[in-house]
Amino acid sequence: MIGLDSVIEGVLLGGVYALFALGLSLIFGIMRLVNLAHGDLILLAAYLALSVTTTLNIPLAVATLLIVAVMFVAGYALQRLVLERVLGDDILPPLLVTFGLSIVIQNGLLLAYGADSRRLQAGAFESSSVTLADGLNVGLAPLAALLTAIAAVALLQLIFYRTALGRAFRATADNPQIAQLMGINERSVYAIAVGMSVAVSVIAAITFGIRANFDPSIGPARLLYAFEAVIIGGLGSLWGTLAGGIVLGLAQTIGARVNPEWQILTGHLAFLVVLMVRPRGLFPSRRP
Amino acid sequence: MSVVAVHEKVEVDGDAATAPVWQVRVGTSLSRAAAIAALAIVVALALLPAIASRNLIQDLIFVFTMLTLAQLWNVLAGWGGLVSVGQQAFVGLGAYALFAGVIMLQIDPVFAIVLASLFAATVAAVLGPLLFRLEGPYFAIGSWVAAEALRLVCAQFKTLGGGTGMSISPSDLTQMMGLKWAQLAFALRPAAARDVLIYWIALLLATAVTLGITTFVRSRMGLALAASRDNPAAARSVGVRTDRIRYLLWIVVAFATGMVGAVVYLQKARISPDAAFSVTDWTAYVIFIVVIGGVRTIEGPMIGVLTLWGLINYLAQYGSLYLIVLGTIAILVMLFMPKGVWGEIAWRWGIRLFPTQRVLSRNSH
Repeated sequence: MIGLDSVIEGVLLGGVYALFALGLSLIFGIMRLVNLAHGDLILLAAYLALSVTTTLNIPLAVATLLIVAVMFVAGYALQRLVLERVLGDDILPPLLVTFGLSIVIQNGLLLAYGADSRRLQAGAFESSSVTLADGLNVGLAPLAALLTAIAAVALLQLIFYRTALGRAFRATADNPQIAQLMGINERSVYAIAVGMSVAVSVIAAITFGIRANFDPSIGPARLLYAFEAVIIGGLGSLWGTLAGGIVLGLAQTIGARVNPEWQILTGHLAFLVVLMVRPRGLFPSRRP
Repeated sequence: MSVVAVHEKVEVDGDAATAPVWQVRVGTSLSRAAAIAALAIVVALALLPAIASRNLIQDLIFVFTMLTLAQLWNVLAGWGGLVSVGQQAFVGLGAYALFAGVIMLQIDPVFAIVLASLFAATVAAVLGPLLFRLEGPYFAIGSWVAAEALRLVCAQFKTLGGGTGMSISPSDLTQMMGLKWAQLAFALRPAAARDVLIYWIALLLATAVTLGITTFVRSRMGLALAASRDNPAAARSVGVRTDRIRYLLWIVVAFATGMVGAVVYLQKARISPDAAFSVTDWTAYVIFIVVIGGVRTIEGPMIGVLTLWGLINYLAQYGSLYLIVLGTIAILVMLFMPKGVWGEIAWRWGIRLFPTQRVLSRNSH
C-alpha cells in the first residue's frame, strides 16, 4: 500500500532532486543557458569527493568545502574560457559544446574510476535514523538532504534579493545591455553564475553520494531529473524548483511502490502530465 | 539531381523591355557538375556489392545509415532550429516496431520497415504538441526525457525481450523480399545476401533523404522554415505558419529516422532497449558528424560521416578514450571553426557543391 512512509520517502528524495535542479535553474534564469553537462558535473564532484576522502583521508565535511571552492573556480573558468565564446542568439552552439563536455566528462570518469558502483562514506551518519512517531523512522541522511535543499534555496533567495551581486544577477537577466550601461560587468556576472551553479551541484553530489550508489554512466539521468524538477516547479522560481523536486520524488517513490521497475518511468510520466495540464509549471514566476 | 536556377524574376525598373533583369539563383555550373558526379557515385555504389567484401558492405551500411541520420538531424536542428537530443527515440521505436512486425505479425521485413516508419511518425505526432511547449534549449532536454520514457516503456514488453532484449531468428528473415534473387545473383549465403539487400535499402535511403532535404531547403517551404527559426514573429507577419511547418518537419524527420532505426536493426538482428535508444550511438555520433562537417550544409554530413568512420577504424579499440577524443574534437570545432570543415571551405573559397543559398545576380541581356 502507498502509506505515509512512502510519502515521506518521496518528499525526502525530492530534496536531492531539488538540489540537482537548483544549479540548472540558476544559470538558465540568469543567462538562458542550458548546460547539458550539468549531470556529469554533479558526478565529477561526487568522484572528487570520493578521491579526496579516501586517498587523502580528509573528513567529508572538510572535503566538501574544498571541492565547493575548486568546482566554483572550475565553473568560473568554464564560462570564461569556453561557454562565453559560444553564447549568443543561436541556441545551437552552447547546447552542442555542453553536450560534448558531457561526453568528455562521462568517459573521463569511466577511464579514471572504472564502471563500478561507488558510494561516499559518511561514518555512522549515513545509517542512523530519527524516530518521528511510533514505527515511523526517517534516515538522517535523507532528512539532511531535504534540509540542505531548503537551506540552499533560502540562501540563494537571500543572495538574489538582498545583495548587490543578486541585484547584478537580476539586472543582467532582465537586460544585459542596460545592465552593462549601469556599470555591471556582464562577463564576470555570467562567470560567477556558472561558478555558483557548479558549486551548488557539489552540495547535490555529496548529499546524493551518501545515500545512493553512483557510477559514471548516471550523469545524464541526473540532468533529466534536474530538468524535470525545474519544469514541474515552473521556470524562474527557486521555491518552485524545490516543489518540483518534491513532486518528482513523490511520483518516483509511489511508482516504485506499485512496481519497482516503474520508478523512473513514473517520474517521466509525471513530468509529461504536468507539461500537458500546466505547461508553465506549478509555480511559474510572475515575471514573463 | 535537377537544379532549377531561376526561382523568380524581379524587375528593378518599371520598363520591362530595357531594364536589367535580376535573378535569384541557387544552382551554379559547379553544382551541376557535382550533381552529375554524385549520380555517378551513387550508381557505382549500387554496383559495388558485385565485388566488395562482406565487411566493406557492413561498414558502408553504417556509413549510409549514419549519413541519413545526420542529414535528418541537420535539417531539424540546423535549418529548423529544433535542437533535439532525443532522436534516438525514433531510431528505437522504428527498431522495436520492426521486431514486433517480423516476430509477432510474421510480415515481410521490407513491409515491416515501412510500418515501423509510420509508427515512429505517429508517436512523433502525439509527442510534438507536448514537447513544442518547451522553448529552444528546453526542447532539447524535453526530447531527451521523451526518449528515456519510451526506452523504459519498450523495456516493459516481455514478448520483445523486456530489459535484456532479443534476437530475430534467421528463419523469420528467409521470406524477405528479393532475398532468393540476391542469393542466386551473387552466389551468397542467406546472411550475406541479406546484408546486400540492406545495403541497397540504406543507399537508397541516404540518397533519397539527401536529395529530398536539398530540394526542400531550396524550396519556398525551406525558406519559410529558416525564417521561422531566425525570427518567428517576423515570419508569421509575412504569412508563414511557423508552428505548422515545424510540426510537419518534426513528423517527417521522425518517419525517416524510424526507417533508419528499422534498417539498422534488421541488419543487426538483435535488439535491446539500451542499444536501440542509446543517446551516444544515435544522437552524440550524429551531432558529431554534423558539427565536424558543417551545420546547415548538405556536404557537411558527408565529410563528417567519413571522418567518424575513419576515427572509428583507428580509435574504437580504445573504448572510452575514443569518445573523449570525439567530444573534445566537437568542442574545439564549435569554438574555433563553428561553421565546420565544409562550412569553412565554402566560406573561404566560395565552393558549394550542393548550394542551398539564394544568390541575387544580374542577368545579361
